[in-house]
Amino acid sequence: MHNKSLKELSIGLQNKEFSSVELTQVFLNRIKQHQDLNAFITITEEIALQSAKEADIRIANKKTDSLTGIPVAQKDIFCTLDVKTSCGSMMLDNFNAPYNATVIEKFNQAGAVMLGKLNMDEFAMGSSNETSYYGAVKNPWNTHKVPGGSSGGSAVAVAAKLAAFATGTDTGGSIRQPAALCGITGLKPTYGRVSRFGMIAYASSLDQGGPMTHSAEDAAIVLQTMAGFDPKDSTSVDLPVPDYSATLNQPLTGLKIGLPKEFFSDDLNAEMATKLSAAIDEYRKLGAEIKEVSMPNLKLAIPAYYVIAPAECSANLSRFDGVRFGHRCENPVDLTDLYTRSRGEGFGKEVKRRILMGTYALSTGYYDAYYVKAQKIRRLISDDFKNALTEVDVIMGPVTPTPAFDIGEKMSDPVEMYLSDIYTIAINLAGLPALSIPAGFINEMPIGLQIIGNYFTEAHLLNIAHQYQQVTNWHQQTPKGFA
Amino acid sequence: MEWETVIGLEIHTQLATQSKIFSGASTAYGAEPNTQACAVDLGLPGVLPVLNEDAVRKAVIFGMAIEAHIAPYSIFARKNYFYPDLPKGYQISQMDHPIVGKGHLDIEVDGVTKRIGITRAHLEEDAGKSLHENFHGLTGIDLNRAGTPLLEIVSEPEMSSAKEAVTYMRKLHELVRYLGICDGNMQEGSFRCDANVSVRPKGQVEFGTRAEIKNINSFKFVEKAINHEIERQIELIENGGKVVQETRLYDSVKDETRSMRSKEEANDYRYFPDPDLLPVIIDEDFKAQIKANLPELPHAKKLRFKTDYQLDDESASILTSSRTLSDYFEAVVNASGSEAKLCANWITGDLSAALNKADLEITDSPISYERLAGLLTRITDNTISGKIAKQVFEELWQSSASADEIIAEKGLKQITDTGAIETIINKIIADNQDQVEQYRSGKDKVFAFFVGQVMKEMKGKANPAEVNKILKEKLQG
Amino acid sequence: MSLTTNDVNKIAHLARLGIDAQDTESYAKDLSGILDLMTQMSELNTDAVEPMAHPMDQAQRLRADNITEINNRDKFMSIAPQTEDGLFLVPKVIE
Repeated sequence: MHNKSLKELSIGLQNKEFSSVELTQVFLNRIKQHQDLNAFITITEEIALQSAKEADIRIANKKTDSLTGIPVAQKDIFCTLDVKTSCGSMMLDNFNAPYNATVIEKFNQAGAVMLGKLNMDEFAMGSSNETSYYGAVKNPWNTHKVPGGSSGGSAVAVAAKLAAFATGTDTGGSIRQPAALCGITGLKPTYGRVSRFGMIAYASSLDQGGPMTHSAEDAAIVLQTMAGFDPKDSTSVDLPVPDYSATLNQPLTGLKIGLPKEFFSDDLNAEMATKLSAAIDEYRKLGAEIKEVSMPNLKLAIPAYYVIAPAECSANLSRFDGVRFGHRCENPVDLTDLYTRSRGEGFGKEVKRRILMGTYALSTGYYDAYYVKAQKIRRLISDDFKNALTEVDVIMGPVTPTPAFDIGEKMSDPVEMYLSDIYTIAINLAGLPALSIPAGFINEMPIGLQIIGNYFTEAHLLNIAHQYQQVTNWHQQTPKGFA
Repeated sequence: MEWETVIGLEIHTQLATQSKIFSGASTAYGAEPNTQACAVDLGLPGVLPVLNEDAVRKAVIFGMAIEAHIAPYSIFARKNYFYPDLPKGYQISQMDHPIVGKGHLDIEVDGVTKRIGITRAHLEEDAGKSLHENFHGLTGIDLNRAGTPLLEIVSEPEMSSAKEAVTYMRKLHELVRYLGICDGNMQEGSFRCDANVSVRPKGQVEFGTRAEIKNINSFKFVEKAINHEIERQIELIENGGKVVQETRLYDSVKDETRSMRSKEEANDYRYFPDPDLLPVIIDEDFKAQIKANLPELPHAKKLRFKTDYQLDDESASILTSSRTLSDYFEAVVNASGSEAKLCANWITGDLSAALNKADLEITDSPISYERLAGLLTRITDNTISGKIAKQVFEELWQSSASADEIIAEKGLKQITDTGAIETIINKIIADNQDQVEQYRSGKDKVFAFFVGQVMKEMKGKANPAEVNKILKEKLQG
Repeated sequence: MSLTTNDVNKIAHLARLGIDAQDTESYAKDLSGILDLMTQMSELNTDAVEPMAHPMDQAQRLRADNITEINNRDKFMSIAPQTEDGLFLVPKVIE
């Protein structure tokens, strides 16, 4: 059952081949069996079985949605009513959210079954899932390797088939990078497409939630439920949501693909270049035209991002002060002690590093040199994409410089860790949609192909990814021991 | 040495919206602690602000009333600092692009009109309250007020005395209430003032170092606090000291200001645009719609009252100080058919005095405009005299009867029957021959004695003009 | 550009962030490394460029002035570290 696509699961449920309770039990068993992967922070077994029962009633009454009765695992960044929402932090280890995120609300309405909450880098700050208070998540392809981050638990839950699908969030690559490193499909929608209400903020102008699935076909179904205008989020965009599944089979004849020369320079790992080249050849065969494009300011994406994201996070994380919720230190002697100790104890090292960085970048005397400068560069990068996307329909490139690295390998050097986000970060600065699909293996570890489109062209990106997945089977590979 | 004072005021007005600036929680005053603080107001993880249209509208109304530039593009910024009444660790405010730009307000001090520049007015959210009652040595935090919309109105440093500052503050208070954008309730903190005060030797161009006096919540205290601060600064400088830029708190009990060191420490607010909110775009349609519904502004109305109703400056000022008062006045004029001046005198005189005494607002007046108009109609058509009218007014205040009913019931109708008046006058002349002699020998003052005697005899109901006329004829013999 | 441990302590205080004394050195080193990365930005002239705060060139949506929230105090208080009589408690605030 756990190997079926979302469409197959839905048909199976509706035809009573199996019930939602049975399906849910299969996944709950797998979760317990593979707890060593450390993908889950919280397993919500009771809630899952209860929702599965309700879903079965809905199915019997033929009041179904495409996700009714299907088990999902949620990144622990989405607030879930009365269920621990830790954001991977000791700060929120005792936090049972008093409301649901809009995304959770939408899945509940669709009748999806929540299996639990997934491990992640603390407050979504990390590229390896090693900054989590709950420990590193292991990559099922090789448990000595990282799964990527920050949605590492999500990528692992899908790759190891611990859930039919998962949600992730992407601020600088946090959906696409772990998807690539775990061999699954991950989509970061256009900024504003998916509500951010109840999604604990890291960097508000960059954060976006999206689906993490086995295939583009599955991603289309999940995005259909996640997307849409939310009056509770001022940055949510009020545009109609297209039928993402309806256009999956359109032919790609005449599709113009742009390859940024900055992505394919000599710096790119030779094996990675070969694999991507092979993937692009598949698109040629599907009728696409390939063109080189240039985005001269891309190289400044990392410094700009590492000013903007920490600046926003330094303010976003001020609310964690030990007064109204979350961790509070023992016996504070005065207010300053309450703040500094609660925050000092509650946050891990990477979070502190980014709060310090952001606080510095916004402080008197440095604001113009760092923050304003970074925002100007953000404009230039965004313009680079806009220009390129007038010449081509989509841009393709790597997701990561290398396949998954070893757990512990880059923890001692934050700068090196940041540099591994080189191919994903610029897309968040521009607010564009992008997805990562499995495109082969290097040393038995999966790698991804990134497809970047213009604003609100998710349907087209899914169509392009789906066509590739019709002629390749990278996305159907399963890590050993997880079949 | 002669000193010169420079004062600028920052006034925080709570906008009279139903719900908060960024959430759907109620702004009503006086609720049980934290019962009107929703997840957004508490700054819980993941929640997001959505801007209240009415707060924007009220800010624009104010901008139009002070003839200010309304920014077509304004942005919200985060002002970062840690304080327990500030749940998010930042206040959503405006920094570089406030919604209301440069405007002005004219004030009058000692008969001279002075134009005070208003630098800007910006929208922001109010903080909660710290309660210092003894919770085992701890402080309690009530966040009901957190998120209440505020319009911070910043003046230019153009006031040169405490008196000017208070006049400006009163004028602004009058204006925001007139516009209906703020209830002006100072006890409840709806209208609060911070004063920036500095002194410099007379004639010096550069400003002296200023001190900011925080949260002065009554007109009386503003004047006292500023005057005290001026004295403190002058004394300090004259004794060889230096004013330091700092925040001070006015202690109304001790009548002094003292330094607030706790708020001084590390004031680096790290303002930056709030990424949860987009730029506020105010287009011509939005402005036109507000302009069409804008009430006649006090200044324009005062001019109209002076020309259309021939009122003097003082009456026109008083009557246009609030919309309800000017509406009342105009309703009385229309309903009574009396001279506007008479209406104005009664409203600014007897009615205002009675309202003041009873501590009532015009909206709560026991005498409706119709009932006052009824009284004034009877003065105008000579049914009663001005003196009797005061008696009727007392009755109007006490009862719910109309002026006509009171006049009829108490028999206060003026006697204009010359025959009746003549009979009485004849009797009084006969009884007071000495005074008649005095009058005839040139003592004009005695005339008043005769009028008094007649009125007394006729219980004040005689028409004074008739009495005068007949008395003159008879006394001249 | 490099930051001293003193700089780190100042920033940490501004952010009310307790950091272990023995870690200050490593934060100073890490932050200096990150700042070196930032200096690349200054090589590009951006005088004519308008800063971009948001990916979307959109206007703020305005919400109608309606009360939509009900009293949920008990729920909120139940997740708070220290409360009494409907208030959140903190160490004494001195003004």
